[in-house]
Amino acid sequence: MRFSGAIAVALLIANAAFAAEIPQAERRSGYSFMKPDTRAMQDEDTANPGMLWVLDGEALWKRKLGAANKACADCHDDGRTSMKGVAARYPAFDHAAGRPVDLEQRINSCRSNHQQATPLPFESRELLALTAFVARQSQGAAIETGGDPQLAPFVAKGRELYTQRQGQLNLACANCHDDNWDKKLAGSAITQGHPTGYPLYRLEWQSLGSLQRRLRACMSGIRAQAYDYGAPELVELELYLMSRARGMAMEAPAVRP
Amino acid sequence: MTSALINVPAKAKRGDVIEIKTLMSHIMETGYRHTAAGEVVPRDIITSFACRFNGAEIFRADLFPAIAANPFITFFTTATESGKFEFEWVGDQGFSETASASITVE
Repeated sequence: MRFSGAIAVALLIANAAFAAEIPQAERRSGYSFMKPDTRAMQDEDTANPGMLWVLDGEALWKRKLGAANKACADCHDDGRTSMKGVAARYPAFDHAAGRPVDLEQRINSCRSNHQQATPLPFESRELLALTAFVARQSQGAAIETGGDPQLAPFVAKGRELYTQRQGQLNLACANCHDDNWDKKLAGSAITQGHPTGYPLYRLEWQSLGSLQRRLRACMSGIRAQAYDYGAPELVELELYLMSRARGMAMEAPAVRP
Repeated sequence: MTSALINVPAKAKRGDVIEIKTLMSHIMETGYRHTAAGEVVPRDIITSFACRFNGAEIFRADLFPAIAANPFITFFTTATESGKFEFEWVGDQGFSETASASITVE
């Protein structure tokens, strides 16, 4: 197992002449790399465990809380209509912060500013549930992230991070996800890394998780020091990946192996 | 909080074989894991699942620590008459959940 892993890594390094970006016509969602069983799990709402979080999120949406005693629904009405297509535009530029924020951070800033409640910890069940509920309303919508010209310098930073070698294995994201996406790593498909379905249910995690969790897992995989949750670098990477997937259909809550 | 996702066809013809799908929210903690401090994380699993149709048990399963979180259990049955399916999950630490779904058989 370890030996074959070492060979795979050696192959990756040998092939690592930077190829160009993936042409638009060849872009593929992680869904297309999955086995029929896993696809069936994602396709049906009553078989998709991510729906447990979506339904929790729908209940939380209506719950009044914080010093302001307000629910999300008090400002945004019915999330099923008002949140349509919203997740397909995130991360988005936040004027108060002067930088991009992702959907989790947006929900938390709404909590602290408008509900006057304490922000939810990253990867907590409640934050994942609200994010999943909002993201679900964009299912099937085309990703639009990155259109705002104010985001341009941050997309560029994200791209820089994506192509920068790091960690003890000295790999950049692009070495796998641009150059070798049609190959396998220890039996698993190397996908193109389009974040079309977050937050998503990973069978490996046995839970729903955010894109930041996925990025951090990839970083420990190449034995780099992962950025902390909420770090600007992670948001810039999310932003670059979403803008790279522009035009692809949202799948949240997706299921992945 | 939502705990169960149930998929039972709303209508069926008499004699049809129908598929019933259930998904229950549960962490299914094996009891074999340890915390960083070395303490055992106590076992917390669903131990049994049962389905009754109009009061009569038609399906039962025992669950064990190797079963993944959020167990997805599906099975087949024959539609004989209209009625109500009742589902029950029982587990460690006093866990007990129920759900139900109705079917019309023509």
